[in-house]
Amino acid sequence: MNDSVRTTHPDPARRRWMAVLARAKADRIAALLAGCGALPPHTIIRGPEGGLVMVRGRAGGGGSAFNLGEMTVTRCTVRTTTGFVGHAYVAGREERRAELAAFVDALMQDQTCAADIECRVIAPLERQQMERKADRASNAAATRVQFFAMQTMRT
Amino acid sequence: MSNELSPGFADSVADAQSCFRSVLNAMARPGHLHAIGGVSAPHPLCDAAAAILLTLADHETPLWLDPMAAEASVWITFHTGAPRTPAAQAMFVMALSLPDLTGLSIGTDEMPETSATVILQVASLTTGQRYVLEGPGLREPRVVAIDGLPPDFVAIWQQNHVLYPLGVDLILCAGNQLTALPRSVSIKDA
Repeated sequence: MNDSVRTTHPDPARRRWMAVLARAKADRIAALLAGCGALPPHTIIRGPEGGLVMVRGRAGGGGSAFNLGEMTVTRCTVRTTTGFVGHAYVAGREERRAELAAFVDALMQDQTCAADIECRVIAPLERQQMERKADRASNAAATRVQFFAMQTMRT
Repeated sequence: MSNELSPGFADSVADAQSCFRSVLNAMARPGHLHAIGGVSAPHPLCDAAAAILLTLADHETPLWLDPMAAEASVWITFHTGAPRTPAAQAMFVMALSLPDLTGLSIGTDEMPETSATVILQVASLTTGQRYVLEGPGLREPRVVAIDGLPPDFVAIWQQNHVLYPLGVDLILCAGNQLTALPRSVSIKDA
């Protein structure tokens, strides 16, 4: 596939929760799910299985793309007994994490429990991830060095 | 549609290896029957056809599905990742009725292996019209019974067989059984 093509996701809401799940730890998802009451059981359609994904990089704004290296990825697809299919691709080799993320993706498509899962699982995970990100950013910002001389020379 | 997704091989590595070995043996010994297991096929495919697709098709093998086989396209695309293509460019063809063999890729003199392989699902490989097979891999002519081929199949096959070393290969499936008719085999009515 041409890497210059940027396709828009047909379902931005799903993209958001899948991204949150892909970054979450298995124990954390499991702990949050445990507080959600009775959930439909699920069967595995594919995986969880590990594989390699080629990460492509680009030097500068106009450089051509090159292969930066491969990273391990684990994917899983599950189907709940209520008929919803969930997918997950997570970085690393943790199979349980991929399965849990796929399961929650399936639950989020089920209108009968999506709102509950959203506020009990997705929202807390997202909040935690945002806090961690802000925390890291502020730590990094504290050590930032401003090169006034160079900035002045360039303008 | 995605609600109909069902699992692929129960044990993806071992089952695919055993299926690959069966297809290899079937190609080497035309007309011999092999049984396949490890998968429960989506409608309308039979288990053997589904197993062959899981084993042979991947993202590098353009696949053409005939209109009836296309009912299982969601399952096939999900598990194999094979791109769909017009029949003339297909490396694999999955069909529930014999497609027009002259419209498929027969390979080139430099690369005869690039021809299409047709996976054809038939009603039965143990009853029906009887044919006599002769050619490499068969010490003596072998009689096979196949239910589900068109009445003029012998003439159609002859057109393909005379192209040798070019031409398409045929893998026949019914239920959990498969057998192969490589391009090198000649077929007569019994």
